[in-house]
Amino acid sequence: MARPDVEILTPSSPASATQAFGDGAGITVLAGGTIVMPELTSARLRPERVLLLARSGLDRIERSGGAVTIGAGVRVAALEALDEPLATAARHVGDPEVRAQATLGGNLCAPPGAETPRGDLQAPLLALGARARSTGAGGERTEPLEDFVADSRRRLLLDISYEPPDAAGYAAVRRPHSHHYTILAVAAARTKGELRVAVTGAGPHAVRLRAVERSGNPDDALKDVDPQDDALASAWYRKRVLPKLVARALEGVR
Amino acid sequence: MNLTVNGVERDLDSPPLTSLLTALREELGITGPKAGCQQGGCGTCTVLVDGEPRRSCLLPLAHVEGAAVTTVEGLGTPARLSPVQAAFHQEYGSQCGFCTPGFLVATHALLEHKPSPTRADIETALSGHVCRCTGYVKILAAVEAAIQGEAA
Repeated sequence: MARPDVEILTPSSPASATQAFGDGAGITVLAGGTIVMPELTSARLRPERVLLLARSGLDRIERSGGAVTIGAGVRVAALEALDEPLATAARHVGDPEVRAQATLGGNLCAPPGAETPRGDLQAPLLALGARARSTGAGGERTEPLEDFVADSRRRLLLDISYEPPDAAGYAAVRRPHSHHYTILAVAAARTKGELRVAVTGAGPHAVRLRAVERSGNPDDALKDVDPQDDALASAWYRKRVLPKLVARALEGVR
Repeated sequence: MNLTVNGVERDLDSPPLTSLLTALREELGITGPKAGCQQGGCGTCTVLVDGEPRRSCLLPLAHVEGAAVTTVEGLGTPARLSPVQAAFHQEYGSQCGFCTPGFLVATHALLEHKPSPTRADIETALSGHVCRCTGYVKILAAVEAAIQGEAA
């Protein structure tokens, strides 16, 4: 259970959410609830202040000037109808009920799990060259998503934007159950001639595989990442599977 | 904090960060939705929120203020089972019964939206629901029976 004296903030606009978040000190952000609610119910998390984003108006998808902008509060289910490789990656998250509750922001910002990687939507958005607009100490800033996911602590994500790609590919290790965690997944996209490739599951957050981007050679994947053992798979296994996934994802952008 | 549960308006005293599941079970005594994994992974707590299937363990009360919630108790009665409940009964779609409330509610929602779903539609809609008796063959047969309207 939450502390009886917990302070609950319920902003009704993006501006009031920004104001309520402030510099993020001591604030737990709850959007869809799929990650935070189990922590509250089990009392593993006993926050002093909780920011509820459900009514903050951060749930819009807009297209203008060739770019797609997705609010942080957009549900994962809504991403299934957007561009590849994001749409396929979104369909790999949980099951339809969970996807209807979970949000883009929660998926991108949740800290790495104690035993397993999180953030399945990071790799496809890195492949799309997405930019993240966030607020926090020092005010609002927009930066490459790659920089944002490397350290999103005490930042409130507002939205993500990208340009639709000309071609895309996605490949993931699948297990026959909808609630498996992603062991390893590779996303690739070509936008205006530029190839971007990223991997989820080879570290605490997704990263780009720049050597592969330059050479187009799947075996170069291990030049940018050094997969570790965790509860899902061994480093040995990941090192052997990663180049195969890269090869499959690249088939979509040839 | 107001909520309509199975057609009855209720006034709840539980704090706003209480899960809908906990409030239903512990404040209102509605125990159809089960407290299984309580982290969204098993599906036995699924209820309808304004007609959509949702994990009640993942919803804070604050997010469902004013909503209409339907639990398995609201689908039918022992004397008058809903078509989906009747089909599960007829096809032995329940073994120990712990997962059954979630399967019934999710199936009900699926057929409301799509009266003639394909096998793939059914498998996707129920993919987050776990039956540890592994009675999936009979559960799928029950859903097919409900679609055909075979159970009376």
